[in-house]
Amino acid sequence: MSAPSFRIERSTPESKVALGLGIVALIALAAGPWWIDRNGMRIVGEFLVYLSLASMWNLLAGYAGLVSVGQQAYVGFGGYFLFAWAVLGGLPPLLSVPFAGLAAAVLALPISALVFRLKGAYFAIGTWVVAEVFLLLAAQVTVLGGGSGISLPIDVVRAIGASRDARDMNVYWSTLGIAVAILIGIYILLRSRWGLALQAIRDGELAAETTGVSVAGAKRLLYVVASAGTAMIGALIFLAKLRISPNAAFSVNDWTAFVIFITVIGGIGRIEGPIIGTLLYFALRSALADLGAIYLIVLGCVAVVVMLFAPKGLWGLVADRFGWQLFPTTCRLVLTQPSSQTSPSLKGE
Amino acid sequence: MADSALLEIENLNAFYGSFQALFGVALGVRAGETLAVIGANSAGKSTLMKAIVGLVQTRGAAIRFRAENIVALETQDIVRKGIALVPEGRRLFRSLSVEENLQAGGQMQRKGPWSLSTIYSLFPILREKRAQPSISLSGGQQQMVAIGRALMANPDLLLIDELSLGLAPIVIRDIYAALPRVTAQGTSAIIVEQDTTQALAVADRVYCLRGGRVTLEGTPTSLSRDAISSAYFGV
Amino acid sequence: MEWGNVILQGVLVGGLYALFATGLSLIFGVMRLVNIAHGDLIVLAAYVALICVTQTTLNPLLAIFIVAPLMALAGYFLQRLVFNRTLGPDLLPPLLVSFGLSVIIQNGLLQVFSADSRKLSAGAIETATVQVVDGLSIGVLPLLMFATAVAIIGALQFMFYSLPLGRALRATSDDPEVARLMGYDNKHLFGVAMAISLAVVAVAGIFLAVRANFDPAIGPSRLIYGFEAVIIGGLGNLWGTLAGGVILGVAQAIGAKIDPGWQLLAGHLVFLAVLAFRPEGLFPKVDG
Repeated sequence: MSAPSFRIERSTPESKVALGLGIVALIALAAGPWWIDRNGMRIVGEFLVYLSLASMWNLLAGYAGLVSVGQQAYVGFGGYFLFAWAVLGGLPPLLSVPFAGLAAAVLALPISALVFRLKGAYFAIGTWVVAEVFLLLAAQVTVLGGGSGISLPIDVVRAIGASRDARDMNVYWSTLGIAVAILIGIYILLRSRWGLALQAIRDGELAAETTGVSVAGAKRLLYVVASAGTAMIGALIFLAKLRISPNAAFSVNDWTAFVIFITVIGGIGRIEGPIIGTLLYFALRSALADLGAIYLIVLGCVAVVVMLFAPKGLWGLVADRFGWQLFPTTCRLVLTQPSSQTSPSLKGE
Repeated sequence: MADSALLEIENLNAFYGSFQALFGVALGVRAGETLAVIGANSAGKSTLMKAIVGLVQTRGAAIRFRAENIVALETQDIVRKGIALVPEGRRLFRSLSVEENLQAGGQMQRKGPWSLSTIYSLFPILREKRAQPSISLSGGQQQMVAIGRALMANPDLLLIDELSLGLAPIVIRDIYAALPRVTAQGTSAIIVEQDTTQALAVADRVYCLRGGRVTLEGTPTSLSRDAISSAYFGV
Repeated sequence: MEWGNVILQGVLVGGLYALFATGLSLIFGVMRLVNIAHGDLIVLAAYVALICVTQTTLNPLLAIFIVAPLMALAGYFLQRLVFNRTLGPDLLPPLLVSFGLSVIIQNGLLQVFSADSRKLSAGAIETATVQVVDGLSIGVLPLLMFATAVAIIGALQFMFYSLPLGRALRATSDDPEVARLMGYDNKHLFGVAMAISLAVVAVAGIFLAVRANFDPAIGPSRLIYGFEAVIIGGLGNLWGTLAGGVILGVAQAIGAKIDPGWQLLAGHLVFLAVLAFRPEGLFPKVDG
């Protein structure tokens, strides 16, 4: 028997289909202003916001094991950065988005030095304290409305876009751009040398250390990246809302609870998880929208049940069953020996 | 097996996830008997001990203790039937004192010859150190606490995993010297050892494991050195 | 005497914070579980007390004898049916399940009791004071609160270090697998630990409700105060936790005296300072 010939592939049949669908969806979304009504655009914009927030949180919790319940600190920081930038600095509001990310990255470094001293679950509450401190400090800033908040002045609103339609389009496209950049960025990060390190961390810190990867360094990098991304989304959220207050900017429910539920239900530790989770979240929301608090109770129950009985989430169930990978981050060996039909996959997980 | 069988194991296959560590192991202990289980590192000796008390996953096995199949029971229910294990590495409760460790061992309050005072007369040094944190003791003293803790449950079958591993020869001799006083109370024992000499001296019968399978069984007097070393090393 | 009064009030409130912290610290010590729903369970206990008081016209301070057993029972089953399934090497499940529970309790209370704030009235005891020296007097209620905290921590300390149950809990915490070899049933012990934790939560919830207004949304900040008290005091040391609660209470009282907006901030800043300069806490447990 001759030695089997083989090739190494990263893409999978389903990932090629997904790529095709993704490109179609992206074109359709980019053309949104021409075929979706105003209300629809608002919902799609919100969808993109939650998709981005969930993807950022997933990067932290799913890959670095850093379960934060305080990422609302950076959402609010991004929002307040926008207001400071435009109201106090008089600078172009849309331009605040990348700088909000940059500022958050700089801020995340010393904060990580503090909260990283808390291990595991205590880290989670530590991040929450940081978010509370942000909220209380924001309420002290009287030039930005103090505890009751502030609206963007009319000249700043005009600077986003001359007409209401132009404004909506500019914010919408910026949000779409950030969401796509975040997804592609995560994909590239996970395929890089760092990605290998992150997967090793997910599989066990000891294993990661023995491969010579600096676990602490990789975790810090992820914390900084996720905080910067979250702050950019925060700036966009309040660019669309035109109004900010400490309680809205640093809301645990809005910016963390929903995000955690989305990721857990969709599938934590997978790029596909937040996508599936966000789709499901919006479907559930339109079905239960009128129920108020009951909606959160239902969502919480679903998340708890998923965590107890399907800890890899819905996408995990699908992926295990069919072996699907829409964002292939692992390579597989495909035997091309004529007699053999099998193509065993050597996954790096 | 004879009516006096205390423990009977048939067709024991044990797994860690998908890794199989034991293959069709069969073994029997009669009441009052001391068994030595010898074998090299990773031969499956510790897995065998853990399987008896239900700490590893098994498949297809029957483990009968006093004719009752215990294979599906939870660990805490198995030990209540009268089996005690001295785990590899001793694993004392680090926040408990010496005496508290012994009391934890006796918490099921099974009737029998062993109590704090009889343990202290078996290992007098422990009486002196009773109030000290268990982890401040030397390795040999810790092993005495671990054995004492297991005896406090007044077991009918005592399992000692890697009795001498990491201990000084003089300490090993002391502990082996105390063993006959344990078995004289009618307690059966299985002693797992890599170092065969001491174990063979106290054992009524010996099993040798290699690669997760029983390679030899017999009485120490009937087995030649060559037979043992070929079963042990596979050469 | 003005500052003396401020600090004294802070110390006494610290007793309440220590009560928030004790249950949290206890279950972390026994099973490494951080219960994010802890604060919401405190608020839940306050509402259970509210129901008791309105149904029976009982004094809220006596309602403790109904609420504590109820919460303990709920805690035992919560542990056996939910949390025990999440315990393992992976940190994510217990954390996320307790976070989900927190959101469920909060919104459940919101649904049933609305967002209106409530308060329990304990009668004359609320305004009664004891004069210490001229110009410095202590409220009887805060004093009772502090004394209760000391008594509960003392009782738990006694349980942990002198009773067979405490020995069992420490053994299970040290090495759950070997504890099973001693015949301990870990799942039951974890249930008992959660029951004790929620009994303390019940006491904390009632004092919370008698002392000031409460509504369904205040749970998370109680969790945070408790957590801060634990970290300031040092993990695994219940008397340290009391000290942590007192330090937090005093910091908040001084902050509030300077500027009402600084009350909570001052507490958080002390916590962050401890984290920065003494991350093991001020009174870390000395390991044998």
